[in-house]
Amino acid sequence: MDNLDKRIINALQGGFPVCDAPFRQVSLTLNITEAELLIRLRNLRANGILTRFGPLYNAEQMGGALTLAAVKAPEDRFDEIADIINAFPEVAHNYARQHTLNMWFVIATETPGQVRQTIEAIEEQTGLTVYNMPKIKEYFVNLKLEA
Amino acid sequence: MLDAIDRKIIEATQAGLPLTPEPYQAIADDLGLTADEVMTRLSAMQASGIIRRIGAVPNHYKLGYGYNGMTVWDIPDDRIDELGRQVGQLEFVSHCYHRPRHLPDWPYNLFAMVHGKTQADVDRQIKQIADLLGDCNRGSDVLYSTKILKKTGFRSRPRSAPSDTTGS
Repeated sequence: MDNLDKRIINALQGGFPVCDAPFRQVSLTLNITEAELLIRLRNLRANGILTRFGPLYNAEQMGGALTLAAVKAPEDRFDEIADIINAFPEVAHNYARQHTLNMWFVIATETPGQVRQTIEAIEEQTGLTVYNMPKIKEYFVNLKLEA
Repeated sequence: MLDAIDRKIIEATQAGLPLTPEPYQAIADDLGLTADEVMTRLSAMQASGIIRRIGAVPNHYKLGYGYNGMTVWDIPDDRIDELGRQVGQLEFVSHCYHRPRHLPDWPYNLFAMVHGKTQADVDRQIKQIADLLGDCNRGSDVLYSTKILKKTGFRSRPRSAPSDTTGS
């Protein structure tokens, strides 16, 4: 990753125009050619420095449902519990974290009812209490990770 | 509300935009629409918040941000919206939510994800949040992730039949 890659990443985290030739428009602000910008972006996508490039959709606004949930997995059952939880296609992310609530996962479904059903099924299969922490409110963020 | 054409556009762009000079024309060609129609609908979805933004999402770790902490705070309910908005505005916070407490074991109701290149960066960020919260901070913790156990994209298979949207 060189300086131009970094400039491209920093410029494109803020937004991308909706017009006939948006890459040309962005390339002008970066003082490079449209072709160079496209090559760079293809490489940044291919090597995983960019995980996505495009519209970021808000799942809840599309009628879907999301929640963050956690369990206290006993150390000697940690892997077994992780396997049970990860086997649910509704579980999108699952992270081990340092806390007595040591396993934190996101459930994403098409309807709120399916979130409840998934939580009940996880409680039944693991024998653990699921701490359900759906968002009450989301505060606007303006993060840009400087490359 | 979304109609069937919106949902086709969502489906076609969920994985990303084509990296070609005229990406909206390319999507339009695939869907049998005009580029103008695709652009109008994308702009409308952006205005209504269905699209949060259009742009690049970098991998935190590959940019050198190896320290990612979930900071959690116990804030009086009558102050949380005002303070949550201020915490969300800090330039290193990537997500900021009001979530329910689970007393007695989980007293925290404000969640803010922070990202730094060093432990010292993150410590400074946490101190900055604590300073902002002042006396309203009745307790806090930081949960660092030790392992990714699963990570898949949100495959929010949009329903394509318009009757599904009117029925919900």
